[in-house]
Amino acid sequence: MSESHPPQPLYAAREPIFPRRVKGTFRTLKWWIMGFTLGIYYLTPWIRWDRGPNLPDQAVLVDIASRRFFFFMIEIWPHEFYFVAGLLIMAGLGLFLFTSAAGRVWCGYACPQTVWTDLYILVERWIEGDRNARVRLHRQAWNLEKARKRAVKWTVWLLIGLATGGAWVFYFTDAPQLLRDLIAGTAHPAAYITIGILTATTFVFGGFAREQICIYACPWPRIQSAMMDEDTITIGYRDWRGEPRGKQSVATSGDCIDCMACVNVCPMGIDIRDGQQLACITCGLCIDACNDTMTKIGKPLNLISYLALTDETLERAGKPPKSIWSHVFRPRTVVYTVLWGGVGIGLIVALFLRSNIDVSVTPVRNPTHVVLSDGAIRNSYNLRLRNKHGEDRWFTFSATADATFVLGLEGAPGLRVLVPANQTKEQRLYITAAADTPGALANRTTVRLWITDQDGPDVPRAERVARDTVFNGKDD
Amino acid sequence: MCAKPVKPDPKDTVGTTGHVWDGIEELNNPLPRWWVWVFYLCIIFAIGYGIAYPAWPLIHGATPGLLGASTRADVAADIKRFDDANAPMKAKLVAADLAAIDNDPALKQFATSAGAAVFRTNCAQCHGSGAGGVKGKGYPNLLDNDWLWGGSLDAIHTTVTHGIRNTTDPDARLSEMPKFGTDELLTKDQIAQAVEFVLQISGQDHDAALAASGQQVFTDNCAACHGDQGKGNRDLGAPNLTDAIWLYGGDRATITTTVTKARYGVMPAWGFAPKGSTPRLTEDQIRAVAVYVHSLGGGE
Repeated sequence: MSESHPPQPLYAAREPIFPRRVKGTFRTLKWWIMGFTLGIYYLTPWIRWDRGPNLPDQAVLVDIASRRFFFFMIEIWPHEFYFVAGLLIMAGLGLFLFTSAAGRVWCGYACPQTVWTDLYILVERWIEGDRNARVRLHRQAWNLEKARKRAVKWTVWLLIGLATGGAWVFYFTDAPQLLRDLIAGTAHPAAYITIGILTATTFVFGGFAREQICIYACPWPRIQSAMMDEDTITIGYRDWRGEPRGKQSVATSGDCIDCMACVNVCPMGIDIRDGQQLACITCGLCIDACNDTMTKIGKPLNLISYLALTDETLERAGKPPKSIWSHVFRPRTVVYTVLWGGVGIGLIVALFLRSNIDVSVTPVRNPTHVVLSDGAIRNSYNLRLRNKHGEDRWFTFSATADATFVLGLEGAPGLRVLVPANQTKEQRLYITAAADTPGALANRTTVRLWITDQDGPDVPRAERVARDTVFNGKDD
Repeated sequence: MCAKPVKPDPKDTVGTTGHVWDGIEELNNPLPRWWVWVFYLCIIFAIGYGIAYPAWPLIHGATPGLLGASTRADVAADIKRFDDANAPMKAKLVAADLAAIDNDPALKQFATSAGAAVFRTNCAQCHGSGAGGVKGKGYPNLLDNDWLWGGSLDAIHTTVTHGIRNTTDPDARLSEMPKFGTDELLTKDQIAQAVEFVLQISGQDHDAALAASGQQVFTDNCAACHGDQGKGNRDLGAPNLTDAIWLYGGDRATITTTVTKARYGVMPAWGFAPKGSTPRLTEDQIRAVAVYVHSLGGGE
């Protein structure tokens, strides 16, 4: 603490980054992934899926107003939200799996922040030129040309932002109708506000904030540190091969000619030769850049490459690296895979075990039972009847138990009630045990309640579900 | 992973703040400029917010703020908005024929939901939040099929409107059981005989000889209200003595006390108020709570 340092300023301006264009394996992969992910995002709301007359025909629709989630042939009701929870758990476990095996591949290739920033940099390069031209433009004073280029760039960015926000709202209501309403100016204000906010965030995050989101705002880089170990594949610089860097004409020089290509292409503005670091999103562009240089100077490739710490140690000691499979298949990744697959299989099984009719039974416990004037004992149950069919259905009721019971419905003569298409109906059910019968005398009797769904009042049963509940008899 | 640091150690360039925890030193890096701007903007926003909205505590309350925002006013506006939205349904409920409410599912749904709220606020104190009454204390169970004054929608509506044996409403349902023992209308023996008869007609263990003489006592003193067969009389609110339901209890000791001292309940008039005051419940609330009680399983 005794050494003195120059006093630091309170704040520091962002160092602007001008990533240079690069060609190579990983850049090509990133273009394909960008096209694929953006394609999914922009086009999915426009896929149609016929579900019959009473249901929407949009393949993927989050219908908040009627509390339904449609995903192709799957329809999720609010009480089945565990499917969404399960998918989120799978997404989390999948992220853990990929991170422990291959580091920050999500950050480098698939994260929306990375994909949209990549797209914005593409636009920037297209309008303002490659790295050197952009550095010049940045440094020069404002003139007509600079103003024109900036205006065109920002306009294109804004249009992309608008398309991004615009695509988002299509997931929540019928897309073709909403597009017509948006253009006519008659859509709900929430749609315009959402588009406005997402346009602004896309514009600011992709155009200006860029790597700062990853470094300052995102928690994921910190969390990932806990999931990586010495076998995790990250990006590494083979310094034992590259150092001391310098001119190739000098005999003592390593393979690194200090051309700065790896630094100039980096969208995060870091020097990978300093070692693996928090800001690195492992996008692999520096590998492409360095391999390009190595090809030009006729040296072996992969001075910079995807590399695990164990391999680095082995290679430094002159031994061959471990195989890629020994990095990927480790107890840790196997456990993640098993968990991920287990949740997935559980969800698929649950999906196929679902019935198109459903009931939840809530016994009324205040009071637990009612004594009728003839000494019979009656219990009440609040039912939520769900008809997931696209047409109205009649539900009928029966019960099986060790004692004899009589069923009755509030406000519905006969044991039959109409549940409208794709709706939930609340219904009170009465179960009565005649005086001095086993059901009335026993403290508790288990009752299995059967709900049968009929196409019409007189059509034989189509589907049946059962719920177990309890009948309370005399308490004294 | 970096074996050979190329950059100088930042400790030598930016220095540290002097804070050390477990040997970990804190670098004195400058903050990002945008972060500092956001920080200053937050301060400016806070000042603006403090002027525009209620913020600064005073001895009584707080500064009102230039925009006049008030959560109390918001709640009042919300309540008014819901009242306005419900007004057409309430008007429809007041105008409806009670017997025809079942044919209008939307109105029935509205009345049942509104009635449940009215019940929990006004009726649950005596009848219980589940409408199960209080066993043995004389607060009737509204879920069963035994009614003192009638279980039709109209009868329930009348009972709620005018109440029972209250002193406020001249139209209150009225009847009074004599205190046969306390007022010495019957001797202890006669009461014992009548009680045995009541035990007999309600199908309980009884002394047949006493019950036989009790029948005459019953016919002379009780049948006027409870009927010759003890089946009760709804016009007088006289309970059916032959069924399984007892307001105060159906055992020998309890019935003896009931006959000796007399017992009856009192219910306020919810739809009537003396001149100069307003009734506790409006007509739409009374109708709603009548529909609700009628839908609980005992409605006739």
